[in-house]
Amino acid sequence: MRELTYGQGIKEGMRIKMLENPDVFIFGEDVGLFGGCFGVTSGLFEEFGEKRVRDTPISEGAIIGAAVGAAAVGLRPIPELMFVDFSTVGMDQLVNQAAKMRYMFGGKLKLPMVVRLPSGGGVAAAAQHSQSLEAWFTHVPGLKVVYPSNAQDAIGLMLTAIDDDNPIIYLENKTLYAVTGQVEDEVKPIPLGKANIKREGSDVTIITYGKQVYDSLKAAELLEKDGIDAEVIDLRSLYPLDKEAIFESVKKTHKVVIVSEEAKRGSYAGELAAIIADECFYECDAPIKRVCALNTPIPFSGNLEAYVLPNADDVVEAVKSLF
Amino acid sequence: MKISNETIIEMYEKMVKIRKFENRAMNLFAEGQVGGFVHLYIGEEAVATGVCASLRDDDYITSTHRGHGHILAKGGDMKYMMAELFGKETGYCKGKGGSMHIADATKGILGANGIVGAGHNIAVGAGLAAQYKGTDQVCACFFGDASTNQSTFHEGLNLASTWKLPVIFICENNGYGISVSQARHQNITDISQRAVSYNIPGITVDGNDVFAVFEAVQEAVARARKGQGPTLIECKTYRWRGHFEGDPTVYRPEGELEQWKKKDPIPRAEKYILDNQVMTQAEMDQLNKKIDAEVEEAVDFALASKFPDVASAVLDVYTDIVEEGRTR
Repeated sequence: MRELTYGQGIKEGMRIKMLENPDVFIFGEDVGLFGGCFGVTSGLFEEFGEKRVRDTPISEGAIIGAAVGAAAVGLRPIPELMFVDFSTVGMDQLVNQAAKMRYMFGGKLKLPMVVRLPSGGGVAAAAQHSQSLEAWFTHVPGLKVVYPSNAQDAIGLMLTAIDDDNPIIYLENKTLYAVTGQVEDEVKPIPLGKANIKREGSDVTIITYGKQVYDSLKAAELLEKDGIDAEVIDLRSLYPLDKEAIFESVKKTHKVVIVSEEAKRGSYAGELAAIIADECFYECDAPIKRVCALNTPIPFSGNLEAYVLPNADDVVEAVKSLF
Repeated sequence: MKISNETIIEMYEKMVKIRKFENRAMNLFAEGQVGGFVHLYIGEEAVATGVCASLRDDDYITSTHRGHGHILAKGGDMKYMMAELFGKETGYCKGKGGSMHIADATKGILGANGIVGAGHNIAVGAGLAAQYKGTDQVCACFFGDASTNQSTFHEGLNLASTWKLPVIFICENNGYGISVSQARHQNITDISQRAVSYNIPGITVDGNDVFAVFEAVQEAVARARKGQGPTLIECKTYRWRGHFEGDPTVYRPEGELEQWKKKDPIPRAEKYILDNQVMTQAEMDQLNKKIDAEVEEAVDFALASKFPDVASAVLDVYTDIVEEGRTR
């Protein structure tokens, strides 16, 4: 075992595949010489050269569109948009092109591309650099969506994502880049659609991903003091979704709290709640609760931002409301 | 530039093929046999033909909503196109795409596209892949005058120019963005002027003269293959039909269509062919008959084909996931 940060994990996943396959290459805003806005690609430009770690103009449409074109003719691009918020500018290329080309063309094209999208708040970046937009991407048939919470998963999910023949949205949480974690010496690819039970428990199921895995684990510790034994599931992959892991847990605990950093209205957390209500209703003996951000843009000032974003105390409160 | 007789005949055949295919599609739509949105290429045949005659099989194109001409010119098979228009399982897209989404990766056709301007950056990506792999392939990107007002046009030209990518940007200036005339959608007459901003060659040619288009594209392709970067070629042309079948074209000034019909690219090519004894009238007539038969064969093929099994609706979303179906 060794210790790596989340950011180093993302980089290691890309680096392994770049060494293995010359068709894998990175491009995006400031990913080259500068090493990436959050330093994730640092050193790769020096190691692989400008051809494979390419700085682009600030043209999100061109970044995603060029990835679509390059993937359609056989390369495996890893485009990065500096913030998930900027995906709005390249959205046509993601939603109408990347996600639909294979289907529209009768299954005759493959589009192997991994779009890296730094997400989430908590860094005083305000409303246009702090969003959590996973509901948009999971809504679109044709895209797969992953969201690692730690260095080990960041590597394992990246290895799988790069080898996948479909467009993959790889969400990263900005507050986790410097968080260290234990990593196996040789990380194996993590299959998409396999959740990870981070903490076993018998009284309530907390379903989450990304940064909220940490908030949920902290909440579980606090709940333990009150005699509530919480199970925490880190989904890792939002689509495909590990429904089996969710249902197994609900059958055991009969209570569910879903935690995400999204604005609550129209959130992916809502979709998870609907799936459980639809397919596992009779196992639930309490309402399915969602802990999310408030339905506001993310504000700048530290106290306002902390108020809008969900935290461990909110999770504790939601769980306790079920007992 | 001396154009070989073989190339001239090939281009003439392509233009006639496109015209006859489109005329048949027009009638099938009018009869209610083909549905959806159908955007016909009649009147613009010289552009796709002149461009694709300069390309190799392994070169790429990106197309538009008005894509039938591009696909035929790049070597698409009429049978599978017609079957797709009918929504049949034997169509290019197994009935999932229809007129606006025909693609054939084996011919480098990266798809017709329902989003105006979406092809620019996809073409840039294909050009980037060619450069990355060190091949001398090129990508021709077809788009209309109105799409040059989309951000994608500017993003795409900027990136292709900055990275010297082998992309030939072909603007089919047919004078209208749906119902809005060029004078009402942009404050320029020659779209080739926009090349100046990207420091790349930009030229305007008569888009109803297949030989003029061919010559301009030959030069652009040669530059692109040598790593000298992209070119913007504006082909001035006109669509005879409305934006889509069923469009009443109330926005057209009286007499405009008639004026353009006098510049029909096909009789112009025929005149050149006869004047220069490339073919005789009898040979041309025979070729026309052959193409008529080919179009009818394509219609017969489409009619004889089955509609797709409904269960196929959940296939091909992903390479490896089959989505949930219905019980009915």
